[in-house]
Amino acid sequence: MFGVKGTGDTSGYGGLVRSSEQPGSSQRPFGSYFDEVADELERAYPLFSDAIEKVIVDRGELTLHIKRERLVEVAKILRDTPSLRFEFCLGVSGVHYPNEKGRELHAVYPLLSITNNRRIRLEVSVPESDPHIPSLVEVWAGNNWNERETYDMFGIIFDGHPALTRILMPDDWPGHPQRKDYPLGGIEVEYKGAVIPPPDRRRSYR
Amino acid sequence: MSSTDFRDPYASARETTEGTVYSVTGGDWDQTATEIGANKEERVVVNMGPQHPSTHGVLRLMLELDGETVTECRCGIGYLHTGIEKNCEFRTWTQGVTFVTRMDYLSPIFNETAYCLGVEKLLDITDQIPERATVIRVMMMELNRISSHMVALGTGALELGALSPMLFAFREREKVLDVFEMISGLRMNMAYVRPGGVAQDLPSGAIAKIRETVKDLRKNFKDNEKLLVGNSIWMKRTKDVGYLDLAGCTTLGVTGPVLRATGLPWDLRKTQPYCGYEDYEFDVITATSGDSYARFLIRMQELEQSLRIVEQCADKLEKSEGSPVMVTDKKIAWPAQLALGGDGLGNSLEHIRTIMGESMEALIHHFKLVTEGFRVPAGQVYTAVESPRGELGVHLVSDGGTRPFRVHFREPSFNNLQSTAAMVEGGQIADVVAAVASIDPVMGGVDR
Repeated sequence: MFGVKGTGDTSGYGGLVRSSEQPGSSQRPFGSYFDEVADELERAYPLFSDAIEKVIVDRGELTLHIKRERLVEVAKILRDTPSLRFEFCLGVSGVHYPNEKGRELHAVYPLLSITNNRRIRLEVSVPESDPHIPSLVEVWAGNNWNERETYDMFGIIFDGHPALTRILMPDDWPGHPQRKDYPLGGIEVEYKGAVIPPPDRRRSYR
Repeated sequence: MSSTDFRDPYASARETTEGTVYSVTGGDWDQTATEIGANKEERVVVNMGPQHPSTHGVLRLMLELDGETVTECRCGIGYLHTGIEKNCEFRTWTQGVTFVTRMDYLSPIFNETAYCLGVEKLLDITDQIPERATVIRVMMMELNRISSHMVALGTGALELGALSPMLFAFREREKVLDVFEMISGLRMNMAYVRPGGVAQDLPSGAIAKIRETVKDLRKNFKDNEKLLVGNSIWMKRTKDVGYLDLAGCTTLGVTGPVLRATGLPWDLRKTQPYCGYEDYEFDVITATSGDSYARFLIRMQELEQSLRIVEQCADKLEKSEGSPVMVTDKKIAWPAQLALGGDGLGNSLEHIRTIMGESMEALIHHFKLVTEGFRVPAGQVYTAVESPRGELGVHLVSDGGTRPFRVHFREPSFNNLQSTAAMVEGGQIADVVAAVASIDPVMGGVDR
């Protein structure tokens, strides 16, 4: 009734085996304005079939999976072609899928076109062992801080970023907290030479 | 000890490749000023914040000054980072509301609504949300816009040295918070909007209270208008200060009043309506000068538009008295019912009686939903609402489990704050305060 299968774990707290089947790629027609966007992009960008790995239409939203080498080119086309004109890039959100071997780290860019009142989403995936994505700061300067945040939290290195440093965590912080293998809490913090143990290892809690 | 003998261990001069660098912490100004004055090049780096009364919380501005002119400005953020996005991954979808409401603490209802719209889109139940719940959400959001703008105006004026507007603004804000308290039980961080609807229906007498409040607010807003609009000192401090044009806004991803101050009528409530905003009558306020004064005027006039929407909501709510405020699907709707008892708001005794004494199934159901939560089909969505500061977007990823796989907030404060450098460089140091106040960043939202 609540979707628990096989594991027998009905406690409801942790330990449940989670499926992580993301929606697969879609076929034309995509519906809504998505066909038009895809057509225009194909017309303006001859390497479309090479650059776009897959197109996903899910829950009324269009996602274009792009090869990282082609990201900046596609972004420029999306921004500059009059019929596309995505003036706004609303940042970048990292997602860590540890089970997707070879493409663990994803960067998701929501785009907004004020001219055409449309939204689409770009997604780039890279392996954990080689977490490099070209920076989009030269296309949308406002992505500067967002890319720093994603670097800070996921360790994705945005090549060509003017100053890729940590932004929310302290400069000397080890690790990237939003990765799935990074624990919630339980981190020792060193401040001016003194080490403060995590809450669960402080004496009064033992 | 005379002042010349005084040596602060942290304030000393040291030689670097770029020349002598002085660190000044106060106390020995005369001595340092003489020393610096002897140098040909006068370049001072001043740390403004993170503990500075006019930096909206814990914003740190690193200003490089030439005399009183700002030649370079950088922002240091992260002092209020709380890891809310990470925490959300360890709690159920419903519990997430309690976290996200604390991000941008001046507009909690917007955070909650944006998040819940996202969860509902993932669940594909957007069109099953009861009409009354949606109207309550809209009303709460618009009231929240008023309280948030009141803080923006009040603290903005306070930072520029005008104390009285702040007193008036906080008086009005208090009235709005009273309404929040009456409806949700809490003044801030209410966790009132839930996936599927809202936590509880309006208490009796709420509509009358709201109507009275709207009347009061409309009358009292004039106090601030009289104090500031057209005030020559205020205009001298804010006009042509912190200028950012449309091209600057688009390339830096700036939205909200700052964008509308350049003349572009971009308001998601009109352009990409959600929560039935297409059914309300209101105007999108714009200005053309793109400076701090224009942003101030926009916020001032948006108050009236929000009042108009609240009034329309009140009319609708009167008609829909008694209809549900939570989705009917019992697999999603939060089972616990609240009721007002003799000792305040608490669990509904009737509900407790049902689950404890009458129906084993209901008890199991309650227990499972509250401890484990509901499952959300795998996929990702991006939903956006027009918060008082601009586009508040939520990127949610589900892996099919009972807890979010990823929650990311596209905070308007975060993106808008990036434009600080573009606004203040080349201007006077005193204008930094006016520019930052006109962006109205909330550090809880910036750092999350």
